[in-house]
Amino acid sequence: MTKEQIKATVLEIIAQIIPDEDLSNLKGDIPIREQVELDSMDFLDIIMELRKRYGIEVPENDYVQLATLDGSAAYLEPRMKKL
Amino acid sequence: MLTNKPDETRIVITGVGLTAPNGNNLAEFRKSLLTGKSGIQKLNIRYMGEVLAGLCHFDPLRYQKKKDLRRGTRAGSIAIYCAQEAIADAKLDLAGFDKSRTGVYLGITEHGTVETENEIYEIKQFDYDVKYWSHHHNPRVVANNPAGEVTLNLGITGPHYTLGAACAGGNIGLIHGLQMLLLDEVDLALAGGVSESTGSFGIFAGFKSEGALAFHPDPEKASRPFDNDRNGVVVSEGGCIFVLERLSDALKRGAKICCEIVGYAINSDATDFIFPDKERQIQCIKLALNRAGMSPEDVDIINTHGTGTVEGDLVECQAIAAVFGEHPHANINNTKSFIGHAMGAAGALELAGNLPSFEDHLVHPTINLDHLDPKCCLNNLVINEPKKVDKVDYILNNSFGMLGINSVVIVKRFRQQS
Repeated sequence: MTKEQIKATVLEIIAQIIPDEDLSNLKGDIPIREQVELDSMDFLDIIMELRKRYGIEVPENDYVQLATLDGSAAYLEPRMKKL
Repeated sequence: MLTNKPDETRIVITGVGLTAPNGNNLAEFRKSLLTGKSGIQKLNIRYMGEVLAGLCHFDPLRYQKKKDLRRGTRAGSIAIYCAQEAIADAKLDLAGFDKSRTGVYLGITEHGTVETENEIYEIKQFDYDVKYWSHHHNPRVVANNPAGEVTLNLGITGPHYTLGAACAGGNIGLIHGLQMLLLDEVDLALAGGVSESTGSFGIFAGFKSEGALAFHPDPEKASRPFDNDRNGVVVSEGGCIFVLERLSDALKRGAKICCEIVGYAINSDATDFIFPDKERQIQCIKLALNRAGMSPEDVDIINTHGTGTVEGDLVECQAIAAVFGEHPHANINNTKSFIGHAMGAAGALELAGNLPSFEDHLVHPTINLDHLDPKCCLNNLVINEPKKVDKVDYILNNSFGMLGINSVVIVKRFRQQS
């Protein structure tokens, strides 16, 4: 997957987790939780979806890397490039 | 009969919110009960295939966001819908209320079974690796979940919990709400019962293994208490929550008062896990009558617990005959014949379905009673068609459950200066 594809995938996962939120103007460089209502349990849902869909394990110490959409793409790219 | 108790110690129902398989508010539910409309349908469930069940068709998005539905439970959603509807019916403005003095008390038969089955089903595809087990599991399955979801939704900060009381749960939630008002623990109680049991294959399979899961080619004829051809329980989901207040508070705010709870009782058989005990049911009914200061002939309507099992229906009929005699004044009906067994919601829902009788003087019937079991031959059983009566002042509601828990509630028509 390319970075853009990864961003789209993460966005699609977030849309599933917080279906009431408008994600159309989500900025890539601003923490997601500052832009939409996404609490810690929702964040764990993102981690779980990555695990279930792609077998990706994100250690707890790395959660901070997924704070923004851009950060997520950068962190996940080496782990998803073969997908 | 005059009530001498001070208004501060008299507890009244001022609002009703419900969802049943045949109605999503009291008016719809009542109409279905008077027109013979069943709510039983076919349902496909995992491992078992087609079963018969009572499913509710309320709109959960009326009071919740999609995210709330994804995170919470069906029982929580049912409870929120019923609580919001009850508050609206009571014309209560919660903003003007001290939310720390409001309690939520909900009877349940069980809770967490549905969510646990779902999780196990989900991780099966990952070879039962528990790292795929949801972080939402614990808040979903804690026993207080349905009541807790109500407090989250409404911002209520008073006490909340559920009361596990098998199929007597609905009555017991109501009784507990009354008791908390009498103890001055709260000024407002949202009390009743909920059930999401139709989401659990285990509930259906358990009844089937007991030989007590109803089946019939026509789903709407499957729930047939007291009929010779009855063959068990139809599992249903549902909920009913009442707004309870002290009479003094209700009068002060000019509330519409539906009825007063004048009698109640809870006891235990201490005889068997499943089979009921006639003597303890008799005792429970008499305890409720005594508490109300009433005689059996004062009761105008008896809503039976009858679930459609051979033994359970028979024992209840014997208990009623023992208390009310061979020729009771009371008219006797059964609400499960329409909606199946709504488990933790049953007692509250069935009481609610009878409340409009205070106004319309109609007693809804027991439907699907084509061949009355001679052993269940209760005089004054209202069969298949509603019955018009001269007066309805008192309604008695039986609700019994496994492990031998019995509950009886008696409500009285409210009259000013009564």
